[in-house]
Amino acid sequence: MELIDQKTKMIMEGCKERARDAGLSFQDETLEYVVTNRDMIELMPKNMIPTLYDYWVHDVEVLREQGKYDLYPSNPYETVINTRPAISFYNDNNPDWLNVMIFYHVIGHIDFFQNNLYFRHTWEYDLTGQALADKRLIGRLRSEHGRWVDYLIEFARGIDNLVGYHAELARINRAKSGCSSRLDYYFDYFLQTVKQLRTSEYVQQIDHYNSCLEKHGALGEQEFFAEIQKKYPEFEASFEKFQDHYSPPSLDLLQFLIDHSPFLNLDENKWMKSVLQIIRTTSIYFQPQIRTKIMNEGWASYWHETLFLQDERIKGHEVAFARVNAGVTSMPRVGLNPYALGMRLFYWIEEQAERGCYSMDFRRMQELEVRKQFHRKTGQGRDYIFRARENFCDFTFINSFVDQEFIDHNKLFVAGRRLNKQRMVWEYYVRSRKSDDYRQMLFASLYHPPKIEIVAEKSTDGSLYLSHKIEGKPLVTEYVANTMLGIEYLWGRPVKLETSEAEVSGSEETADEDLQPQISWTRVLYTMKDRQFSRETI
Amino acid sequence: MSREQRQKYYQRLQQEGRLTEQEEMLRRELEDDRLHLVGDPDTDPRLPKLADLYSSNDFALLQQMDQGVGPLHSSIRSIDDLLERDRLREKDGFPRKIKVGKLVKPGRGNQEKVVVVPTTIEEKFIHDTRFRQKQEGGGGGGGHGEGEEGEVIGEQPVRQEGEGEGEGAGQGKGGAHDMEANAYDLGRILTEKFQLPNLKEKGKKRSLTRFTYDLTDKNRGFGQVLDKKATLRQIIKTNIGLEYIPDVGNIDSTGFLIAPKDKIYRILSREKDYESQAMVFFIRDYSGSMAGKATELVVTQHILIYSWLLYQYGGQVETRFLLHDTEATEVEDFYTYYNSKVAGGTQVAAGYRLINKIVQEESLAADYNIYIFHGTDGDDWDREGRETLPELKKMLGYASRVGITIAEHRYASSGGTEVETYLKGSGLLEQAEELLRLDSMKEDVGEDRIIEGIRKLVSE
Repeated sequence: MELIDQKTKMIMEGCKERARDAGLSFQDETLEYVVTNRDMIELMPKNMIPTLYDYWVHDVEVLREQGKYDLYPSNPYETVINTRPAISFYNDNNPDWLNVMIFYHVIGHIDFFQNNLYFRHTWEYDLTGQALADKRLIGRLRSEHGRWVDYLIEFARGIDNLVGYHAELARINRAKSGCSSRLDYYFDYFLQTVKQLRTSEYVQQIDHYNSCLEKHGALGEQEFFAEIQKKYPEFEASFEKFQDHYSPPSLDLLQFLIDHSPFLNLDENKWMKSVLQIIRTTSIYFQPQIRTKIMNEGWASYWHETLFLQDERIKGHEVAFARVNAGVTSMPRVGLNPYALGMRLFYWIEEQAERGCYSMDFRRMQELEVRKQFHRKTGQGRDYIFRARENFCDFTFINSFVDQEFIDHNKLFVAGRRLNKQRMVWEYYVRSRKSDDYRQMLFASLYHPPKIEIVAEKSTDGSLYLSHKIEGKPLVTEYVANTMLGIEYLWGRPVKLETSEAEVSGSEETADEDLQPQISWTRVLYTMKDRQFSRETI
Repeated sequence: MSREQRQKYYQRLQQEGRLTEQEEMLRRELEDDRLHLVGDPDTDPRLPKLADLYSSNDFALLQQMDQGVGPLHSSIRSIDDLLERDRLREKDGFPRKIKVGKLVKPGRGNQEKVVVVPTTIEEKFIHDTRFRQKQEGGGGGGGHGEGEEGEVIGEQPVRQEGEGEGEGAGQGKGGAHDMEANAYDLGRILTEKFQLPNLKEKGKKRSLTRFTYDLTDKNRGFGQVLDKKATLRQIIKTNIGLEYIPDVGNIDSTGFLIAPKDKIYRILSREKDYESQAMVFFIRDYSGSMAGKATELVVTQHILIYSWLLYQYGGQVETRFLLHDTEATEVEDFYTYYNSKVAGGTQVAAGYRLINKIVQEESLAADYNIYIFHGTDGDDWDREGRETLPELKKMLGYASRVGITIAEHRYASSGGTEVETYLKGSGLLEQAEELLRLDSMKEDVGEDRIIEGIRKLVSE
């Protein structure tokens, strides 16, 4: 594996200029590597991409149920990795023009990584450096503690899809509350929970505080609390106690274990916390990538098509390019292609914004013909998609922009599969052409980890009580036992999980479309105690 | 068997009073109108998977590059390493993670191969999407193009027959080959790591094509290596004849006369090689009662046995797969054997009869070491084995080993299944201990118990 040669690098720098002219924005440095086919056989993905740790599972063929559960670069999604500088790989057999096209695609990705707000937490993070440090740390720990490091990695990975990604993201750029913690404590907690004031009295207090501020300006707060001291003398003591004992709530299960697990906080086990921290940080780093798959690929496809068609290096290779492009961005007859879907959505949004269809006037219009003729010529199409790529993730993107007109325009439908007994064939058929159904089908395919919370009230006598909030799908029962085994090991005491199981009644094999199978939910409690797994219905 | 036929048979059994406590199960089998399907769409191997959002990536799509698998030398050492690691897991109190012997379809470049690789699963709390598919009635996905709602846009045959078969056979051959390469390793691992016994040679059958060259023949006059001892004996013999050795107690070798004819050599000569050949019959019950875990257990055990035998016989194993419910059929390959789905009632005699018929018609007993492995859940409509036992006796006449594994259902009482009862009752297990082995276990046991079971079936 070597760096790309100077001539090609120059061409690629030219591409960057073109891209910048079109409005894309990204950091200047990028790294390109040339990979031979021979390299591909020998290089495991974990060597190509700065991933942090050696893990024995990478050597084994992992039965992956679905690719979407692989967050890690052991299953590379892109030719380009979200590092600074961004690293991308090119096959040495590629002709120059193909490398140019791929580079445009790569630029699209880089622009997306560096502008989409869901990646906000990766902008100041040096993945390459950190990953190397992490790898060395784990290597050192492995030499000291042997296979116990691998157990830790295994158990932590078992719950790393539950990380508090959104919570972490929300922490960034949070505006300061603008008042001191004492004030916060007084109004948020003391008055409401401890003193349990009525609303009218509470409002009176607020008014009082505001008048203090007016009267005394900067010293208003001090004055205010001086009066409070007379009224509620126990306030100061209560506040101090709060400050001593308060720790901000842990954002997710893994963080909770790191902070509060009695087992991990034993002196001899403190080293384990760093391993878990590494796994958690990596998981959070890669979460946005899987949650913006359609957008990311669509954006990159949009730009590689737009920019390459304008590039003079396409001359002579138009047909070959058309072939490659068609292979990437064609919609399959049955099945989903995120490249195709995303790209079409971006073209569609640009056109719609150009026509002014995202305005209230248009949305209010009912007649089909008038809607079709509507064209305001706003000139804002491009801007709109730039803003879209900044602010949306897959879910909000699909929710906002996949409407009936898009479906009709692109002739999309929900496909179904059923058994034809007389002819003994599996039939694929058009199940629905409605946008609501199509959106639901897309939502169901999106990555979505289950919502598992810690229930403090039920976590009695040391055991950890977890609750799974059902969102219409049960957990994979076969995996529950071993995952809970891992959590029990990390917690050091018994662990309980409350979830619901579904019973589907109705014929299975015949897959009769007419009957909607009945589902009944039973709430069950799984317990893992001393490595013994048990289940009971609640 | 159609429903009327099953009804009649059931009534006959009822009249003869041959039904047991598992009548509930049998009655369910009676009503069972399901077909022998090759899997549902989620597991049908020939059905291409509907592309979903996360299965494509830049490497594959833009550059047609496959994901690297890593240097081969690291994969070779992996198996031993991994097994060692797995053993340590058990010592530390964690369940084993590496499954040896799972069938995996890599699916690279549309090639469907049957390979046996060590695999593992990364377990997390994740939503169960199979549930969603059952809910929607199977395989919802996106689509694009023309077509009214409800219109059929494509088809995929459930079991490819006819032209499909020809193609399948060609690929199947290649597939089977690949499986053998890995299965041999698997067999080696099983023998070494799990200490499965080496088979005692039951007698060598002659191989027609292989020859070995050995310095065995003694030839007077010429050859490669002089056999000194024999030569000396010959010389002494000659000299005694010539009366050059008056006193046998006191031999003076200087006075010997050595004739050229006395020299005895060992010569490299062609010998016919004796190679053991094995023919293994894998037969399993695929009736309605065998749904789910029981089938999985039986099939897992059979594939492990196959691998082990492959190793024992140095690759000279032939296999036949049979399925039986109330009738028996032979199937072409392991995939069909594995995937043929549950339906119908159970009659073990039908299966045994078919085996006997095959052996007789093809005169296999003369040329092969025959092994028969039968997996069942223990149910048999023929409660006392009135028809089964004679067939079984016939089998014992020519087989080197017959192993019967019973995968008991959770609700069945241990050791109380019909097959086990009548086998034990017949006394065959004691009489023919060398030839017949019986093992029963609950259907939800782990891989270790399965391997233990194999040990029971094949040990001395």
